[in-house]
Amino acid sequence: MTELSAKKIRVLVAKPGLDGHDRGAKIVARALRDAGMEVIYTGLRQTPEMIVEAALQEDVDVVGLSVLSGAHLTLVPKVTNLLHQRGADDVLVLVGGIIPDQDAPALRTAGVAGIFGPGTSTGDIVQFIREQVGATAAAKPGRAAD
Amino acid sequence: MPRTDPDPATLLQQALAGDVRSRARLFSLIENGGAAAQAALSALAPLAGRACVVGITGPPGAGKSTLIGRLAGEIRRRGQTVAILAVDPSSPLTGGAVLGDRIRMQELHGDSGAYVRSLSTRGAVGGLARAVGDMVVVADALGYDVVLVETVGAGQDEADIDGVTPTVVLVEVPHLGDDVQAIKAGILELADILVVNKADRGGADQAVAILRAMLSLGHRHEPWHPPIVKTAATTGEGVPKLLEAIRDHQTYLQQDGRLAAWRTGRVRTQLLTAFRDRILAQALARVSAEQLEALVDDVASRQISLDQAVDRLLKRD
Repeated sequence: MTELSAKKIRVLVAKPGLDGHDRGAKIVARALRDAGMEVIYTGLRQTPEMIVEAALQEDVDVVGLSVLSGAHLTLVPKVTNLLHQRGADDVLVLVGGIIPDQDAPALRTAGVAGIFGPGTSTGDIVQFIREQVGATAAAKPGRAAD
Repeated sequence: MPRTDPDPATLLQQALAGDVRSRARLFSLIENGGAAAQAALSALAPLAGRACVVGITGPPGAGKSTLIGRLAGEIRRRGQTVAILAVDPSSPLTGGAVLGDRIRMQELHGDSGAYVRSLSTRGAVGGLARAVGDMVVVADALGYDVVLVETVGAGQDEADIDGVTPTVVLVEVPHLGDDVQAIKAGILELADILVVNKADRGGADQAVAILRAMLSLGHRHEPWHPPIVKTAATTGEGVPKLLEAIRDHQTYLQQDGRLAAWRTGRVRTQLLTAFRDRILAQALARVSAEQLEALVDDVASRQISLDQAVDRLLKRD
């Protein structure tokens, strides 16, 4: 059956904190676009509150955070906590940037589903999102009838 | 944790009660279309009709998003709520999109009286996304006082906005072209308000003069004379004046049944579009991807004409 339009995976790409390096975030945004996703790009210097408000208003499936400042252990749990408070635990949270290996467990405990450091191929991120969001979308009642 | 959406009736109830996430999901439901979307729309339509609905269009880089952010800020300062539907293009190759209009609307963050939703065109041409008309109805029904719709970077032929919002604001910038650009047919004829943005950069008075000359050449079949407002969105200069012009136009629409006439025209277009979409969806449902590809190959290799391919598509049962 040929369909006219289909639901798109929606991803918010945001840079929390004060570092001004957004090349990585832009490359990821572009790669997700090329994979057919709708990417809402919010730009630099976002507070966790701004990111979560935008994620809720835009009804995204995924929030991708790029942190290169070293403040990830402060900023990322703030975002996941706020998402939890607003009843949005089901939004997939991914982190990219400079994340030392020893910090990964703390981020995962905070609710981060995937961590993508330097050297990650954008194809891996696309595949990860498709697998994770595809699984939740399939479990969603009512979608199959569309 | 897998994502679970509440059933449409609960979603509707929570959205009307003011829950942001439910509102966002309601907009997604409408955007994705289908039977549940139509049911929700039928329930919401009677609640709509009170909002001031304004379309903002203009060429890429004219400052539409920044201006809308400012305009929304001004609306909020006057105690009214605002919903913004901002459309960016989707890739013709992959269907994906990078939606960046929010970046220019930071002033509104954390304000529960302002809702910003980014949409991609999802392959539609004409400057808007297919579902945007329905999403305007939803925003109206949810009780937002003002609904601002931003088109993709447009300016000549992308005139769909005229069928979605009764007030159309065209944003231009200085040095865009000579007076021949201004007399070409298209969206300039449809604009109810003209804005010359980036007025702080010089050349604005000349741009105003060109637009004014163009307007004086035309024969508008209605008594409204589109005002030309100079703005500098980065500083907010001229924004209150633009809001006044919008108010004036809305007042004008309230008189002599103009808004009702506009709505009738819009409904006619919507009906035809919905009819076309339904027929197309029904017809496509009977065509397999393989059949379609086989016909594409036949046309591409010039074995049959496009018309013959359509004939074959229509004959399938």
